Amino acid sequence: MSETTPTAVDRGFFGEANYPGILGWIFSTDHKRIGLLYFWCIVVFFSVGVLLGLLIRLELFAPGETIMTAQTYNAAFTLHGVIMIFLFIIPGIPAAFGNLIMPIQLGARDVAFPKLNLMSWWLYVIGAALALTSLFTGGGPPDTGWTFYVPFSAQTSTNVSLAAVAVFILGFSSILTGLNFVTTIHRLRAEGMTWMRIPLFTWSLYATAWIQILATPVIGITVALLFVERIVGTGLFDPTQGGDPIMFQHLFWIYSHPAVYIMILPGMGVVSDIIPVFARKPAFGYKAIVVSSLAIAFAGSLVWAHHMYTSGMSDMAVLVFSFLTFIVAIPSAIKVFNWLATLYQGSILLDPPLLYALSFILLFTIGGLTGLVLGAAATDVHVHDTYFVVGHFHFVMFGGTGMAFFAAMHYWLPKIYGRMYDKVVATVAWGVILIGFCVLYISMKVVGMQGMPRRYYDYIPEFTGINQLATVGSWILAFGLLLMFVNLFRGIFKGEPFGSNPWGGATLEWQVPSPPPTENFDDDPVVTHGPYDYKKAGIL
Amino acid sequence: MSGHVHKDYTGAKFGMWLFLFTELILFGGLFILYAVYLARYPQEFVSAGTELDVRFGAGNTLVLLTSSLFVAMSITALRRGAKGLTQCLLAGTIVSAAIFMINKYFEWSAKINHGIYPGSEHLKELAPGEMVFFNIYYVTTGLHGLHVVIGALLILWTMLMIARGKVTGEDWVLLENAGLYWHLVDLIWIFIFPLYYLILH
Ligand code: HEM
Repeated sequence: MSETTPTAVDRGFFGEANYPGILGWIFSTDHKRIGLLYFWCIVVFFSVGVLLGLLIRLELFAPGETIMTAQTYNAAFTLHGVIMIFLFIIPGIPAAFGNLIMPIQLGARDVAFPKLNLMSWWLYVIGAALALTSLFTGGGPPDTGWTFYVPFSAQTSTNVSLAAVAVFILGFSSILTGLNFVTTIHRLRAEGMTWMRIPLFTWSLYATAWIQILATPVIGITVALLFVERIVGTGLFDPTQGGDPIMFQHLFWIYSHPAVYIMILPGMGVVSDIIPVFARKPAFGYKAIVVSSLAIAFAGSLVWAHHMYTSGMSDMAVLVFSFLTFIVAIPSAIKVFNWLATLYQGSILLDPPLLYALSFILLFTIGGLTGLVLGAAATDVHVHDTYFVVGHFHFVMFGGTGMAFFAAMHYWLPKIYGRMYDKVVATVAWGVILIGFCVLYISMKVVGMQGMPRRYYDYIPEFTGINQLATVGSWILAFGLLLMFVNLFRGIFKGEPFGSNPWGGATLEWQVPSPPPTENFDDDPVVTHGPYDYKKAGIL
Repeated sequence: MSGHVHKDYTGAKFGMWLFLFTELILFGGLFILYAVYLARYPQEFVSAGTELDVRFGAGNTLVLLTSSLFVAMSITALRRGAKGLTQCLLAGTIVSAAIFMINKYFEWSAKINHGIYPGSEHLKELAPGEMVFFNIYYVTTGLHGLHVVIGALLILWTMLMIARGKVTGEDWVLLENAGLYWHLVDLIWIFIFPLYYLILH
């Protein structure tokens, strides 16, 4: 691949639209445009979520009422949790970067069903709007927690019905994306793109897509049943009508356990793709990583019931409790060892994407280990529903999937926009984020160990010092995030053009111009080597 | 976007099969509930099941099976270039769907007139197992009815496309997919019928 550095960026797919202006985006069937639609929505939701997080931390700066009432505080953390889980973490990597990158990695011109893809985005937007509406209208925000457990959820006067519809629609969007991706990967691989030459990021999307297809319909029927139970009173989960509430929990966890893997697998895929590039070495144990992804997908669909051993499942943390299970621990460990082995004796380039990928490994591992404390029943009694849990799941979700999302941004966005951000600033931002992150969430873990419960706007004066430390940490973190986003967005809009392959990747997306043309490839590509074969790709 | 010149029929059907699979899982949730509650209340399920009218169920089974036959024949007809015949057969399918729904309407009204519907006073006097039976009966047949309507609309859309010359003897994957969907609707009924109407036999 000969590297040419053009003076002006060819606008690629940005230059071609079927409709003028914004219509050319919201009615486009181009996978890259749809990916960017998702991306920008997700960035907006994430920013709102972070602002809410900062407000929560500000309230906790001092004991007693600081800036908001208890009621407002409840609404704030519910909204924070809902936005972060359903509108950021779950769709983040697969919908945004999956759409942007996966077809190009396969050598395809688009996904298998472009129109369906557009419809998924619309459903996502409608579902998100309904979910947010349900928090502000009707009988008030759903106070069921996000597990919607019956019988309470069937009786409460708050807006559960609307929220159920929102979940159904978001689920439908997720199913359609999943089946689109599976079909694309089966049918649209370029000539020579054998299964064992598929990049690991696309493999992780494949496994994720199967979970979306297999598990999401179950949550669909479950919330549908909840909905009709509330509207017409078909008491299928109502003991007074002979129903059984436990059945609801079964159906719920058949979905929600695998949902945890929907959150983490794509993040692992991003890391698996980035590490070999910056170590200039083929991925160590490519097949093991592939198999472990598939193993997670299929095993994960079968082990839902372990969520129901314990009570007190009616909160968000349960989603993350799942990380404790040995089932996921083993394939996760396999991946971590493979990443480290890939780095070992590589000629490592410490560029921003790799730094974020490394922080994924670090924070996710810490999060996983603190998960063990929660997994063992004896210690769990001590820290259950304390700030330890809050610290733990931020490590796993934010330190894990969130960091992978940032890594993906720094790795692929320049490709999509054809311009490069300032790498020094990106590195500084990464450092600030890491420091703020640790100050914030390690403080939370400590104060949780000391017994501070979660979901309260107040605390006893003894906890003041460490809470203030956490709040200061949240400011550092927020500053780092701001620096990162500003630098990144400035870069992709105004930065220097760089040609097609700034990192020296061997996968197909680096072989097309940046930004990629509308049809991705001028001629159908023919793949002659594996995704991490830098010698054959002519990079080494 | 422009330039998607060749259509991938295998891909289109593959996607449709995946979708049908998700539909099966959707109904699967209801069948799981049915199985669990049947195991818990075998007696009551039988006594409540006798209240359903087998004639309605059997009639609707016949109607749906016939409609599936129409769809299957319409595909062959289209491939042989008999456009008029195709449209007649598909119209036959839609008429069958209508008959099915009308039947369902009378069946449900009869039940409701007897005071058997979710949340009714009469239902509350029955044994718990019988309540569950009727509730799950309404939910399952209701969801299935919804699918009948969606399937009929899909076939209507296909007819429109055939009329406009978008679906032809050379390019009939839409018809085939609509047909697949219709067969699924039929298939699910084949399970619903014995589970609810023939439970005592
Ligand atoms: C600057 C960033 C963030 C700050 C300052 C922050 C702060 C907090 C705090 C203090 C709580 C606990 C509220 C309480 O229990 O009283 C919380 C809860 C939560 N956070 Fe964050 N957070 C941030 C980012 C994130 C991210 C990126 C995610 C998702 C990946 C996330 C997901 C959650 C969830 C799911 C809850 C639980 C909500 C509930 O209890 O219903 N947060 N956050």
